[in-house]
Amino acid sequence: MARMISYEKKDTPIHKLSGFTKLVFFILWCMTSALTFDTRILILMLFMGGTIYAISGTKWNQVSGVFKAIMLFMAINLVCIFFFSPFEGCKIYGTRTDIVYLFGKYYLTREQLFYEFNVLIKYFTVIPSVFIFLTTTDPSELASSLNGVGVPYTIAYSLEIALRYIPDIQDEFHRIKNAQEARGIEMSSKGNLFSRIKNTASIIFPLLFSSMERIEVVSNAMELRGFGKKKSRTWYSRRKLTPGDFAVLAFIIIFFCISMIFTYYDGSRFYNPFI
Amino acid sequence: MKLKFGIKEVVALGIGTALFVVLTTVQIPFFIVPNTALQPRMAVLAFISAVFGPIVGGVAGLLGHALGDAFFYGWVFPEVVVGAAIGAFANKFAVTEGGFADKKKIILFNIVQIVANAIAWIVVAPVLDILIYAEPANKVFAQGAFAFVGNIVIIGILGTILLVAYSKISGKSSDLKVEE
Repeated sequence: MARMISYEKKDTPIHKLSGFTKLVFFILWCMTSALTFDTRILILMLFMGGTIYAISGTKWNQVSGVFKAIMLFMAINLVCIFFFSPFEGCKIYGTRTDIVYLFGKYYLTREQLFYEFNVLIKYFTVIPSVFIFLTTTDPSELASSLNGVGVPYTIAYSLEIALRYIPDIQDEFHRIKNAQEARGIEMSSKGNLFSRIKNTASIIFPLLFSSMERIEVVSNAMELRGFGKKKSRTWYSRRKLTPGDFAVLAFIIIFFCISMIFTYYDGSRFYNPFI
Repeated sequence: MKLKFGIKEVVALGIGTALFVVLTTVQIPFFIVPNTALQPRMAVLAFISAVFGPIVGGVAGLLGHALGDAFFYGWVFPEVVVGAAIGAFANKFAVTEGGFADKKKIILFNIVQIVANAIAWIVVAPVLDILIYAEPANKVFAQGAFAFVGNIVIIGILGTILLVAYSKISGKSSDLKVEE
């Protein structure tokens, strides 16, 4: 099974940015992508995303497993959109140009193709940003920089624990799965629905209960060290925001505003090449 | 309501989120429409919410989904609804005190989860998909309906079993008893 995407230490300009900067960039970037349907902005974002991905030095094998899963999902999703609503594009763009008649009530139209192309590149603008964020952000540093901008440190610490324990729990998951398979419990897609739920339960039971124990152990350890006794705490990995951080923050805020103005100035979030 | 946010909740939120993320890869295909496979992680989220309350449940759903598959943001919020709603009744369930094993609690838990899932998957998720991706309404409502059915099945079966089992283990007193 594909390993989850996780942080890898490298020496690139992206890694040097503060976790807070990257988080703000990531959120605003995703919001831009969510709000706009303007093909020109999406294509620009696609190129920018690709460039940043190249700079971040992320290796293909770090993300390929997840990427393939998304591709499969996306293919099914696009086909579903077509079968549920073959004229969604015509509704949006207000014209209809048939390319070819398929069968039943299904016509392939240029508007539909263009609309589905937009949905596709919308996903593609987000995917690299998620990859980059996850592979270049040091969890400890992110937690400390979030606390640095006013997030309560208990919440920041929860996030850090989550990121810190994902690989551990994943290893444990694989151990339990292998053990259960060795005992002859079938994990593949054979068998009916109910027996598959039962087989999944045979992994989740031990995993969940060992996690409950882990919660107990970790929280006791933290209590012994006096966690949460004071209003603030210091961080080993705290970094000050550098001029580079401010430049990136300013850039993404300006980019967000301009895209919004550019998208909505004609009153519609769609770019319509058919008129 | 359990609104306390102590050390245990901090850790539970972290590890609960991690569990949710790891279990993202475990899916039981149920129907080909995307986003509607049976998700055992939802049962785990229901479990965590029922034990640790609405804040842990809601935020674990949000962070877990955001980290696990940040690609479908319209679908982040339904999990928050489910986690927070089930968590709101955490005190009533009394899972760690060993009180969950009776029928009334199980029925209450399932009513709560069905209502929460209905709001989450038939209202919140499709509306967000329409707003963000301008996807066809009939497609997203069909998807939402499948997700609703899938989630109540998995939480109803797996979630209930997990809670009953855990409640039995953790509630057991190890003290000595006077023999009668």
